[in-house]
Amino acid sequence: MGLFKDSNLVTDPLTDTNPVTIQVLGICSALAITAELEASIVMAIAVLFVLGAGNVVISLMRNIIPSKIRIIVQLIVVAALVIIVDLVLKAFAYQLSKTLSVFVGLIITNCIIMGRFEAFALANKPWRSFLDGIGNALGYGVILVIVGFFRELLGSGTLLGFKVLGDPIEKTGAYAYGYENNGFMLLAPMALITLGIIIWVQRSKNEALIEEN
Amino acid sequence: MGLKQNLHNLKEKYKGTKMAPAFNAIHTFLYLPNETTHGGTHIKAADDLKRTMNIVIMALVPCLIFGMFNAGFQHNIAVNGNFTSGMSFFSGQFWNLENFFIGAVKILPLVLVSYGVGLLVEFIFAVIKGHEIEEGYLVTGMLVPLIVPVDIPLWMLSVAVIFGVVIGKEVFGGTGMNILNPALTIRAFLFFAYPTWISGDKVWVEGAVARDQAIVAGEKLDAISGETMLGALAQGKEVVYSIWDMFYGFIPGSVGETSTLLIILGALFLVFTKIGSWRIMLSGVLGALAMGLIFNAIADAGIIGESSKFYALMNTPFWHHLIIGGFAFGVVFMATDPVTASQTNKGKWIYGFLIGFLSILIRVFNPAYPEGVMLAILLMNVFAPTIDHYVVQGNVKKRLKRLKAKLT
Repeated sequence: MGLFKDSNLVTDPLTDTNPVTIQVLGICSALAITAELEASIVMAIAVLFVLGAGNVVISLMRNIIPSKIRIIVQLIVVAALVIIVDLVLKAFAYQLSKTLSVFVGLIITNCIIMGRFEAFALANKPWRSFLDGIGNALGYGVILVIVGFFRELLGSGTLLGFKVLGDPIEKTGAYAYGYENNGFMLLAPMALITLGIIIWVQRSKNEALIEEN
Repeated sequence: MGLKQNLHNLKEKYKGTKMAPAFNAIHTFLYLPNETTHGGTHIKAADDLKRTMNIVIMALVPCLIFGMFNAGFQHNIAVNGNFTSGMSFFSGQFWNLENFFIGAVKILPLVLVSYGVGLLVEFIFAVIKGHEIEEGYLVTGMLVPLIVPVDIPLWMLSVAVIFGVVIGKEVFGGTGMNILNPALTIRAFLFFAYPTWISGDKVWVEGAVARDQAIVAGEKLDAISGETMLGALAQGKEVVYSIWDMFYGFIPGSVGETSTLLIILGALFLVFTKIGSWRIMLSGVLGALAMGLIFNAIADAGIIGESSKFYALMNTPFWHHLIIGGFAFGVVFMATDPVTASQTNKGKWIYGFLIGFLSILIRVFNPAYPEGVMLAILLMNVFAPTIDHYVVQGNVKKRLKRLKAKLT
């Protein structure tokens, strides 16, 4: 029972306190790397690792970090973790690390991570911090995967590289009936609009989320 | 019992139910309602908003009919290759029923799809949100078929219309609240989503794409094509059309934008009925001429050599920009949209001038997307509220100064 009493720390960020759609953090990477589903998933996993581990490390050190230099300490922790992710990607998934390019390094500046360090890990015990990190990273990942799914499906007609809608050059599958890929989906503005539509749907389902004017 | 009575009974019957807005809309569209428009930013007089919209539609009808003849005409000259430059405007080679039928068969479906899909989206939103159907789509629905290539697939048009109405208008709160011109949002969507269907030398001529596919499939046919003026100039090709051809509109292009003559007639009609702003139209033309003159001067001074890819468009006589491409259509029918344009008189001059100025700038420096007027209007739509803000603030400051001078 003890382990699960804080399960809302994981489930809340998936919906009602979602870091992307409700707190509107981490938008830059959500726009930049979601043109392909695979990149979105890898990015989600990388952030999951960095945020989960980082929250634990910060939480363990929370009583010894002088508050005046805490931002620097946080940066060092997140930078160390991001370098681990970067090296692992380069070793085992070189092509993908080229696709993600600078955006792996830019996880350091992902507002969600610094936000959780500051808002949660500095004031909570390691286990609760871990759950919070996992929850927020999953909430971020879910949005990334949804956006990546629609952008890759409608923009390139593929999912994870598989030609689910047929071949656009050979004119098979849907392309035989005159269907064409929507090039706009591959551009960043359409990622923002997709994100906006997700926010719209979420708020119309749960009116408590709509802010007062 | 006439149609009016029937409609009235239906309207009364469904009063207060979810479907009420749908019946109200049909009723007030066909017959003069007892109420006048209230609310919204485009209020002008004690007219129903639908009357305002209908006047714009009337101004557009000549362009639509011309577009039908022109679609058939372009098809025939592409197939037979018998184009002679310098025809009179009333030439029988253009105004014959054969041309009209070829065009009408292609263009009427565009009109039907545009209105059908767009009004369906409006109806759905009205029923969900429980307000009256908004009239904004009446003009948009007529503009859309006029600014797309004749060969655009209907499903693409539907997707774009849904996008334009939902993202361009409904998310902001519906008619009167939109930041961007919905018709141009629809065209911009097509432009970025399916660029091969809205540029190049095939889509402007009815049947050219289908013929290409048939040739690929092994049929023995000659390929046909027709490049727009801007496309040809951007690639440095020879232009075979005379100035009068361009002015009358016997050239390939989007359905309704080719005939500058009919657009000028439409503009006069809009200005005369006080629906369109003459300030925006005039300043737009001035802006285009100014930019054209600057480019001519640059080309004449030899700063840009003939080898430059920008040379052909830069060296085009400055006033030609008014009669080629969609500039005239954009400035007369799109830039003057009362919702998305500047509201203040001084603001209208600035807004219009910058539209003309930027249109030609984009035209010359962006050969991949030769038509600049669409992007220029969308850009200035975004800035219109800012322009208004500073015009109003400037006025306030001037008056305060006057007041202070009086008091001291």
